[in-house]
Amino acid sequence: MIVAEGKPIAEVAKLIEDANKVLVVGCGGCVTVCLAGGEKEVGILASALRMLRKKEDKPLETVEITISRQCDPEYMEQLEKYITDDIDAVVSMACGVGVQFVAERFNKWVVPALDTKFAGGALEHGVWGERCGLCGECILYKTGGICPIIRCSKSILNGPCGGSQDGKCEIDTEVDCAWQLIYDRMKTLGKLDKLLEIEPIKDWSKSRDGGPRKVVKEDVMIK
Amino acid sequence: MKSGSKLEKLFNQGEFVVSGEIGPPKHANADIIREHARMLKEYVDAVNLTDNQTAIVRISSIASAVHVLAEELEPIVQMTVRDRNRIGIQSDLLGAYSVGVKNVLCLSGDHQSFGNHPTSKNVHDLDSIQLVKALKDMRDEKKFICGDEIKEHEPRFFIGAVANPFGDPFEYRVMRLEKKINAGADFIQTQCIFDMDRFERWMEQVRERGLHKKAKIMAGLMPLKSHKAAKYMQKFVSGMIVPDEIIERMENAEDKKAEGVELCVEQIKHLQQIEGVAGVHIMAVNWENIIPTIVEKAGLYPRPQIKE
Repeated sequence: MIVAEGKPIAEVAKLIEDANKVLVVGCGGCVTVCLAGGEKEVGILASALRMLRKKEDKPLETVEITISRQCDPEYMEQLEKYITDDIDAVVSMACGVGVQFVAERFNKWVVPALDTKFAGGALEHGVWGERCGLCGECILYKTGGICPIIRCSKSILNGPCGGSQDGKCEIDTEVDCAWQLIYDRMKTLGKLDKLLEIEPIKDWSKSRDGGPRKVVKEDVMIK
Repeated sequence: MKSGSKLEKLFNQGEFVVSGEIGPPKHANADIIREHARMLKEYVDAVNLTDNQTAIVRISSIASAVHVLAEELEPIVQMTVRDRNRIGIQSDLLGAYSVGVKNVLCLSGDHQSFGNHPTSKNVHDLDSIQLVKALKDMRDEKKFICGDEIKEHEPRFFIGAVANPFGDPFEYRVMRLEKKINAGADFIQTQCIFDMDRFERWMEQVRERGLHKKAKIMAGLMPLKSHKAAKYMQKFVSGMIVPDEIIERMENAEDKKAEGVELCVEQIKHLQQIEGVAGVHIMAVNWENIIPTIVEKAGLYPRPQIKE
């Protein structure tokens, strides 16, 4: 899933300092799961913003709504009736995708309340870790299911670099060396010989370097 | 002859090769590079020019090599994959060769978080092994990375790579060296050796795989000025092992600098006895002017000439 984290409330407040009434929109997708922008977080942010503004003697009116997914036009319809003329700004609590979909759909000033972090998963309750670099061409079958592109700080495809020590990355002793993990896994699976093969230079044009990407699945297209 | 570099020729003659290192300055005046080159040229066979080491902005390694060449010293240009994509790297390689550089050392590069621009973006379009392969393909296949033919004047570098016997996983280190050599590395410079036992265990594996016969292995050394430097490296530099005995020896020494020289000379003499070690690479960071003393004391002066 996409993992995101709330911006500091003061920062969000600054983004809407000129507004008198805002619509705070939550998302029922990834950001609900990672406890950053679901219904509960919408309630917390809206009341915090109101309290801040009350203290400043500039009361703020908020409308709260959480839709199933902000990254899907189908659900965007649900927002329509809340986007009234008196709404000065929309605070989106979705990932960067949701913020853009709302901005594309409605002629309103839309601001993000979250910082979108990465594609990852829950490591333990309250902790999420990055797992996928969204490179557009998966190589996990070569590395025992551990991604060196995003989990190695230098994206080394023929690792590890000289900075790997005691299983940790040179940048931080809290960060596992992806290549130590890959080595251990390949050893367990009896596939160490695979690591002697030189992994060729990657085609990054399938990643963001090739420009904004699109996936088309013609068999399900309606038009 | 692959490149015809002085380094390659000396290795071919069977000499025990000595290289030094010059760290370019953090400003736009190269006098210090020239000064160090003049001081070192009689004492080392070639000198590394570091490429923004520890991710701190300095004069580029290729520009530094131009100054070194002007002083008639053989440069080894370090090239990291941190700051340039394949377009920039190949362009710089063509440029480096055009000004007379014949040796390139391929590295990943220290992560930018260690340097003075920790908020920068890193590139890593290639990794160091892929860079070695790219250099080899340019030289031997006359091809750019994209496959286009280099119709004439292909850069013919003597290709260097690094190896760290002190990184982990230890058992994989020699396999990775083999990968680098298979990719095309002609010579190898190792991380600074303080833990000689571990280095010897690593060399045993190198010999078992016959790698010392496929590439020239240069043992990396760093003369110590004080026990503090040793302690710092032990604690804070990842991929380095500094045994307590070394720190104690330095700590107990009355004249710490003299002890550092003595230790380095002992290491060189020891390394000369290890089968498969073809030379030493002396990294005297911020202490470049000690290299002549070390080379002389180790009995490696005068340096050999190229036999025609």
